[in-house]
Amino acid sequence: MNHPVVIVGSGLAGYAVARELRRLDADQPLLLLSADHGGFYSKPMLSNALATGKTPESIINGDAEKMASQLNVSIRTYTRVVAIDKTNRTVILKNNEQLSYGNLVLAIGADQVRLPLQGNGVSKVFTVNDVDDYKHFRDALAGKKKVAIIGAGLIGCEFANDLASAGYHVDVVDIAAQPLGRLIPPAAGAYLKQKLEAVGVVFHFDTSTQSVEQIDNQLCLTLANGKTIRADIVLSSVGLKPRTKMAQEAGLQINRGIVVDQLLQTNDAHIYAVGDCAEVAGKVLPFVMPITHAARALAATLAGNPTPVRYPAMPVLVKTPACSTVVSPPDADKAGVWQVESNDDGVKALFYDDTGCLLGFALLGKAIMDKNDLVAKLPPVLA
Amino acid sequence: MKKYQCNICGFIYDEAVGDPAHGIKAGTSWEDIPESWACPDCGVNKADFEMVEI
Ligand SMILES: Cc1cc2nc3c(=O)[nH]c(=O)nc-3n(C[C@H](O)[C@H](O)[C@H](O)COP(=O)(O)OP(=O)(O)OC[C@H]3O[C@@H](n4cnc5c(N)ncnc54)[C@H](O)[C@@H]3O)c2cc1C
Ligand SMILES: [Zn+2]
Repeated sequence: MNHPVVIVGSGLAGYAVARELRRLDADQPLLLLSADHGGFYSKPMLSNALATGKTPESIINGDAEKMASQLNVSIRTYTRVVAIDKTNRTVILKNNEQLSYGNLVLAIGADQVRLPLQGNGVSKVFTVNDVDDYKHFRDALAGKKKVAIIGAGLIGCEFANDLASAGYHVDVVDIAAQPLGRLIPPAAGAYLKQKLEAVGVVFHFDTSTQSVEQIDNQLCLTLANGKTIRADIVLSSVGLKPRTKMAQEAGLQINRGIVVDQLLQTNDAHIYAVGDCAEVAGKVLPFVMPITHAARALAATLAGNPTPVRYPAMPVLVKTPACSTVVSPPDADKAGVWQVESNDDGVKALFYDDTGCLLGFALLGKAIMDKNDLVAKLPPVLA
Repeated sequence: MKKYQCNICGFIYDEAVGDPAHGIKAGTSWEDIPESWACPDCGVNKADFEMVEI
């Protein structure tokens, strides 16, 4: 019998693989299993939905039923895979049901990191990593005024901008000295900070959150620097951790993510991983563009034409309307120096190695106009 | 001239502006963009993710 390709996960990665595979092979049986509702939606839209006037419902482009018929795929929603039996090539569901696969694609995403905080308000801290989380968050926001955000990374800054522009009072706490500390140099961070402050965001840098206590109807954050912040709602966005547990228990190689090579193949020839859960040739890149490239290559491989994924330079747009920002951070293990030009209109920060090769950039404000020219000069992320 | 928005990343394709960096001249109507074109910001295929007219 011809066992299906089983895709676990209905995020952008799972759907991208299904869609690309269908383009190449109209008939191969495809089964998509999802722990959630299985609807197709754009996760990046969650952090600017207020500005774009979107509700959680309107973000969902197509429900599972519509997607199943559009892509000619079987979809089982609210169906969590709890284990993989690679010897018998089956996945085991929560209800103990076993499903056979010909090839298995893990597209199970990442968890939001939870900081070890003290206090009786910790269970009230929100994280937003999918549209269901976002629905709870939006419901909680109704009628409230003050939001505290832990973490000034990409997602924290985007939510801060979106909420502040919608009239919320927003405090943001980060242990770094600037926003986007891992992506952009200090001068660029200072510029972004100033632009976000201009729309009302209040930053608390160089300090960590120690406790979240519920006091009356509010939450009170106590920071390591002794300050306290009162908020109606607390959102934590301090980073992502690929979901690796199930793969590890199945005996697959894991590191920061589920370890795969450029074929997106794990150390089992019939199991692949893609998206936020995967570490592709040593890189964990939790963004849309790498998913699009990986899904195309993987679909070709699954259709019988082994195709290694290659990543071009893949700049990321930061959705902070208060300060247009696009970043292409250099590899963390690459040595080099930032050269920064900055004025009132923006910041152009270019990262060069000692032979004068451009390895990365951060462009803010008007400088984003140089994006296309600079992208053409960057080396590929994965050749 | 119309504008279209990528429903994954929010990129706006403005027919008046085109996407010259990727070989699409200013003034190119949405219908005339080749199927091989992908969203410059998130890489999704033109055919797969219909842009919505805005
Ligand atoms: C607020 C926010 C804004 C973002 N903005 C941008 C942006 O502007 N640009 C950009 O490039 N990237 C952005 N990202 C990142 C981007 O959205 C992600 O990289 C991408 O959506 C990840 O897709 P995925 O399919 O790998 O994972 P997910 O979307 O997390 O999907 C995982 C799927 O697996 C399912 N699943 C998990 N475990 C199981 C199991 N055991 N059994 C069955 N199903 C399971 C889940 O239910 C889910 O359907 C943003 C992320 C967030 C949170
Ligand atoms: Zn796009």
